[in-house]
Amino acid sequence: MAMTMTQKILADHAGLKSVRAGQFIEANLDLVLGNDITTPVAINEFNKMNLDKVFDKNKIAIVPDHFTPSKDIKTAQQCKRIREFAYDMEIKNYFEIGEMGIEHALIPEKGLVVPGDVVIGADSHTCTYGALGAFSTGIGSTDMAAGMATGKCWFKVPGALKFVLKGKLNKWVSGKDVILHIIGMIGVDGALYKSMEFVGEGLKNLSIDDRFTIANMAIEAGAKNGIFLVDDITLEYVKEHSHREYKVYAPDEDAQYDEVYEIDLATIRPTVSFPHLPDNTRTIDEAKGVKIHQVVIGSCTNGRISDLRAAAKILEGKKVAKGIRTIVFPATQKIYLDALKEGLIEIFIKAGAVVSTPTCGPCLGGHMGILAEGERAVATTNRNFVGRMGHPESEVYLASPQVAAASALTGEISNPEELE
Amino acid sequence: MKIKGTVFKYGDNVDTDVIIPARYLNTSEPKELAKHCMEDIDETFASKVKKGDIIVANRNFGCGSSREHAPIAIKASGVSCVIASTFARIFYRNSFNIGLPILECEEAANDIDGGDEVAVNFSTGEIFNLTKNKTYRAEPLPDFMQEIISKDGLINYISSKQT
Repeated sequence: MAMTMTQKILADHAGLKSVRAGQFIEANLDLVLGNDITTPVAINEFNKMNLDKVFDKNKIAIVPDHFTPSKDIKTAQQCKRIREFAYDMEIKNYFEIGEMGIEHALIPEKGLVVPGDVVIGADSHTCTYGALGAFSTGIGSTDMAAGMATGKCWFKVPGALKFVLKGKLNKWVSGKDVILHIIGMIGVDGALYKSMEFVGEGLKNLSIDDRFTIANMAIEAGAKNGIFLVDDITLEYVKEHSHREYKVYAPDEDAQYDEVYEIDLATIRPTVSFPHLPDNTRTIDEAKGVKIHQVVIGSCTNGRISDLRAAAKILEGKKVAKGIRTIVFPATQKIYLDALKEGLIEIFIKAGAVVSTPTCGPCLGGHMGILAEGERAVATTNRNFVGRMGHPESEVYLASPQVAAASALTGEISNPEELE
Repeated sequence: MKIKGTVFKYGDNVDTDVIIPARYLNTSEPKELAKHCMEDIDETFASKVKKGDIIVANRNFGCGSSREHAPIAIKASGVSCVIASTFARIFYRNSFNIGLPILECEEAANDIDGGDEVAVNFSTGEIFNLTKNKTYRAEPLPDFMQEIISKDGLINYISSKQT
């Protein structure tokens, strides 16, 4: 029976010749991931099973990234708990402050995911690794606990939406605009329970960082996972970051898709999601002029080196508008160091931005840039729900690093194309 | 398995950030989380909700973050069941995993109003609106899922099978 990419990966990991949408399977896991918010709850559940070890100490990753470096006593207690668990269980891939980063930038950078893997993570943006041709999905703490105990997880095999990309993005348009455009088109539950599979000749014009950004926000359309066809760009990244063996899966030509969308990348405009849902999108032409108080550039969606380069290109030699708090978060220590070596950090500081250590921070209203009542932020993050970045009556406008940087210069949502 | 309670009604896309805002995620203590459940869309929920009450909402309930704290907060606030047209997939898994029963039923989600008295039979999938004297049908919960609920979650269920 013809299968999608996701279905082939799941079938192999369940020891089955083929699977069909709707079938329940139990799959072997290549990696189980958790962070400082979800892992404490998973430890509660894990301890109920009275086990003295995890299924494989090399196949679990724990990254304290949400409220770290610890923002208060309760947070410090949670981090202490997961640190002790990681030491007790001899978890190889526990990343302490100083070596950590935002988990979904860090895990691929450390080479812990390769094409063909099955990954679960107690964080909804675990779908990011689909950029590398892996099946990767967010789950909760109890599933993380069961995964750490058994190395297995049950899944209902998803159906899929196919996105055939062609053409090339215009200058100042990036992967963020592509995924915001798609979410605006299909809605926040447009891919509910399904895979989003990205194929087509346009892939050759999408950098690996663009793909991470696109796969990262598949959850914002309700998807179980987002996944890209593996090509030379993928393999170049994988070989540079990992020594693990990988397996490339391609969909069968006659695989069944619930919908097929053809997207010409050249037609996509810089796109902004207005409050309070990611599918409330407008092109930059309809979005310009909204007055803002803060700009956030970073997160698991857009805190990679190419994102920082794009923002720096716009901010170089200029100053952010008076009173606009501009906060830049490199997503990992390596990205931070690369940005430093390339002179990007100096550009940000001279422009009047602050540069933070890697953390999820303000993206989820944790710390390091919380909004007050009535304040508005343009953010390169992934959610603009009510109260997401702070006060329930604050507002988040989701955009690319290019739009965010341009907006920082003017104090209102601005089109980077018009700065030239 | 049967339950009965008064309905709190919400709309589409109730996300996990409003079910339990991240600013309260520096604890995983259920009672503490319950104090802040729904507060960003319904300030009075935590003070009004009684044991056994039911949440009814429309599409895509529980979208967003994977935080299991969301169903934990709802369950700890005393809610006995959530009924919605559809649920976001991570929330769906998490709810059963922690022993909070949820049902998908578009007809019930559209017809039930806040304040209605509603009873649910999980074995048959029947939802009774006692206020409007109407019955809606959801898919009955499979036996193993009812057992996960009655054992108060997946881990207890797995443990009970092993001993």
